[in-house]
Amino acid sequence: MKITPGGVVAAEWTKFSSLRSTWITTGISVVLLIAFGMIASASFSGDSLSAVDLALSGSTLAALAVGVLGALLGAGEYTTGMIRATLAAVPRRLPVLWSKSLVAGVAALVTMTAGAFAAFALGSAVLNDAIGGLGLRDDGVLRALLGAGLYLGLVAVLGVALGMLVRSSAGAIAILAGLLLIVPGLAALLPDSISETVTPYLPSNAGSAVMALTQGDNTLAPWTGLAVFAGYVVVALAVAAFRLKKTDA
Amino acid sequence: MIQVREVSKQYGAKTVVDRLSFTAKPGQVTGFLGPNGAGKSTTMRMVVALDAPTAGDVLVNGRPYASSKAPLREIGVLLEARAMHPGRTAVSHLLALARTHGISRSRVDEVLDLAGLSAVAHKRVGAFSLGMGQRLGIAAALLGDPAVVMLDEPVNGLDPEGVLWVRNLLTGLAAEGRTVMLSSHLMSEVSLIADHLVIIGRGRLLADTTVADFVTAEGVRVVTAAPDALRTAIAGPGITVTSTGAEELLVAGTTARAIGLAAAGRGIPLFELTPQNASLEEAFMALTHNAVEYEAAR
Ligand SMILES: Nc1ncnc2c1ncn2[C@@H]1O[C@H](COP(=O)(O)OP(=O)(O)OP(=O)(O)O)[C@@H](O)[C@H]1O
Ligand SMILES: [Mg+2]
Repeated sequence: MKITPGGVVAAEWTKFSSLRSTWITTGISVVLLIAFGMIASASFSGDSLSAVDLALSGSTLAALAVGVLGALLGAGEYTTGMIRATLAAVPRRLPVLWSKSLVAGVAALVTMTAGAFAAFALGSAVLNDAIGGLGLRDDGVLRALLGAGLYLGLVAVLGVALGMLVRSSAGAIAILAGLLLIVPGLAALLPDSISETVTPYLPSNAGSAVMALTQGDNTLAPWTGLAVFAGYVVVALAVAAFRLKKTDA
Repeated sequence: MIQVREVSKQYGAKTVVDRLSFTAKPGQVTGFLGPNGAGKSTTMRMVVALDAPTAGDVLVNGRPYASSKAPLREIGVLLEARAMHPGRTAVSHLLALARTHGISRSRVDEVLDLAGLSAVAHKRVGAFSLGMGQRLGIAAALLGDPAVVMLDEPVNGLDPEGVLWVRNLLTGLAAEGRTVMLSSHLMSEVSLIADHLVIIGRGRLLADTTVADFVTAEGVRVVTAAPDALRTAIAGPGITVTSTGAEELLVAGTTARAIGLAAAGRGIPLFELTPQNASLEEAFMALTHNAVEYEAAR
């Protein structure tokens, strides 16, 4: 009987799966992804977006939901006092953060990848006549769908990091929403010259690049975008790890 | 074994624990006493490395807690505030802790049974009463079959049956050779279970003694206009003088007669000279009187 990395992951999975809020939030994320994909696919008739872009139009809201899932998991430790039991059992502390991130990230990756494929299949079924249908073999389609799962998985990890960092559910969710939804809006207010350089690197824009089939002038290449977003997540995790290790629980 | 060595803890400018040292030994129940805000819970959090000491260190079974390979085997703790998610069932809560160490599901059922919680094992913790939450906390402390059990106010919220259960449980654990430490404000409660007493006030050690010695250490209460002069007058081997107020002393190790004679010889006026046959509770209050952090207005 001793602490093992696998044991800590198993413990975090038990914590994750034994909360009702986990299943509700995950369910909502999948429903948002599929429902918005279908609505957009059925109603949009312009020529600026492809069938895949339309199928994934729920990804912004799904990202928010999945981020909330991670934030609740991380901040919930502190708001409930559970963190004291958790850290008394794992006094080295950092394995808790890594395992929690892994569990939330993989759970979101799996469900959101499935959700993205479902949104594409169902969206294609109801696709507006004005839009050309696409298959999985078509250029970039697989990349966009798998990329959506990866991006949303990373957003869940970002939520965990923010939750463990600020130790408050409301605070973590506010920061998350700010990063994903409000920052891009604010950047648009900057002078054009600055805005054009900065915008592609903003978290949600960088992350979404991997899901876009049609690359605008002002977006990063798909995998570059995802890597930039992963960079933000790593920074958030590092700061959270520092606080976890250095401050009293 | 728990060794607290010259530990201090500051929160901002406030010193909450002040160069505290004591040892809780195996096979004994150590009672950890002090008035509200004395620093008991803070000290216990430092034992399990939840709070880092500002100075000094704590060893659990001879090692810093964080370096243990199987922490739940070293020490099981019940902390002051509830440390559980209200949305989880009792079983899930214990399972989550057990999995970190690869502790089996059957052990989880065992401690639930031990704590009398089998019937509510699948209820959410948020619906638990104070006493049930306390029992679950104690069950969690026993999960790893630990060599040391440290409980912060374990009888808080328990019914008489529960209090008796904790009492028997702790004496049983100590009889098995484990180190047991529990905190309380209630001397009467602790004196029934503990062998060893560690009493603190405002973060400082006031007494490190046994229940038996603490009772006989009673002594004589003296009220005098010149406490310092009296101290010198009666000083001698085996005599301890504790200041319990501006003009009050508690003198142990000598008789009221000897104190009266010594005072008369030096011309020191005495206002009161009372042999103390105080209860444990009163002795505790006398000792901690000056170290009470939060006192009701009189
Ligand atoms: N995280 C913290 N930040 C600031 N002050 C704190 C913190 N934790 C405890 N304190 C202060 O430290 C002092 C000691 O608190 P502690 O809870 O250790 O006392 P205690 O002996 O357990 O009291 P009680 O018998 O009421 O449980 C109190 O004055 C408290 O206000
Ligand atoms: Mg306390």
